[in-house]
Amino acid sequence: MAVPDTHARWFLKGMRGLFSMPAIILMVAFVGFSSFIVDAGIPLGEAVFMTGMVWALPAKVLLVGAITAGMSLPAAFLTVALSSIRLMPMVAALIPELRGARTPTWHLLLLSHFIAITAWVFAMERLRDVPRERRVAFFAGFGITLTLANIVLVATIYSTVDALPALAAGALLFMTPVYFLTSVWSSSRDRSSRLAFVIGLGFGPLFHQIAPEFDILYAGLVGGSAAFLVDRVMAIREAA
Amino acid sequence: MLAYQSIEAWWWPYVFIAVAGWLATDMWRWLGVLAGNRLKEDSASMVWVRSVATALVAAVIAKLILYPSGDLAQAPLLLRIGSAAAGFAAFIFLGKRTWVGILAAIACLVGGQIVLG
Repeated sequence: MAVPDTHARWFLKGMRGLFSMPAIILMVAFVGFSSFIVDAGIPLGEAVFMTGMVWALPAKVLLVGAITAGMSLPAAFLTVALSSIRLMPMVAALIPELRGARTPTWHLLLLSHFIAITAWVFAMERLRDVPRERRVAFFAGFGITLTLANIVLVATIYSTVDALPALAAGALLFMTPVYFLTSVWSSSRDRSSRLAFVIGLGFGPLFHQIAPEFDILYAGLVGGSAAFLVDRVMAIREAA
Repeated sequence: MLAYQSIEAWWWPYVFIAVAGWLATDMWRWLGVLAGNRLKEDSASMVWVRSVATALVAAVIAKLILYPSGDLAQAPLLLRIGSAAAGFAAFIFLGKRTWVGILAAIACLVGGQIVLG
């Protein structure tokens, strides 16, 4: 008898993504975050709460920075909010791939919490191989499992985290950008995205020099729009 | 002003994290869902949003390599850029396998630091 093609089966398949390269690299990064949060003097309960509630790793690093700097609540909110605007276009780009014909919006609103850079890259790369009506189940399985696993990881590692040799710690930190380099390239199917990828690599550091507070946002908007326009012009030339 | 350290109550840090952390990130995710719901797959606006998102992620990657935190900052800048480029080249030319790219990049970074002392 064939295994029925149910939501539960695809949810389980998504859960298995915990043993994929992106999930393992993220967990390595969370080991680093655990030692960072211990150094900052944040108690265990709050560290665990933060891991689940904020979920995006760069936003958490900024939040911890705001806490240790003694920033006021409105200032901390503004700092984290401004740096997290990038989540909006990332989620917007993923939604048309993720939703089925009858997916209720509230399902997507709940699931969007689990979208951060790792889950985004994973989903953009793999959702196309999942039947459309099963994509929400597949992503829920992956996103929820990955978040829970990292909450458990932070809770366990918090009290046992030890100093790694600098060479090893540096190598672990280097895995994240290199992994993103290769996987974002594989998940960029159209010419416009590939152009945007190359332009974004250059514009990130460029805007960091010009406007360090909003560098990611400017690099995304200006770089992405430039890639889009170049792609349109090339398409018109090819058609002519 | 109301800082994390301002109120002694046990619940205050959690309120602080919920507002400055959870609300400050999830509000963009919710707006992303509402905006994404209006996008049609393979429309021009979808191509634009995907390009902006890809450029954003690429900018994050470049910053992680150029302005790293923690122990990675101890590796020289040119070694970091060279190792990332070597990893990407290994990925492209040796069968598009992610682990090949990562292995090549880490080998260059660690080897380079050992050679440079």
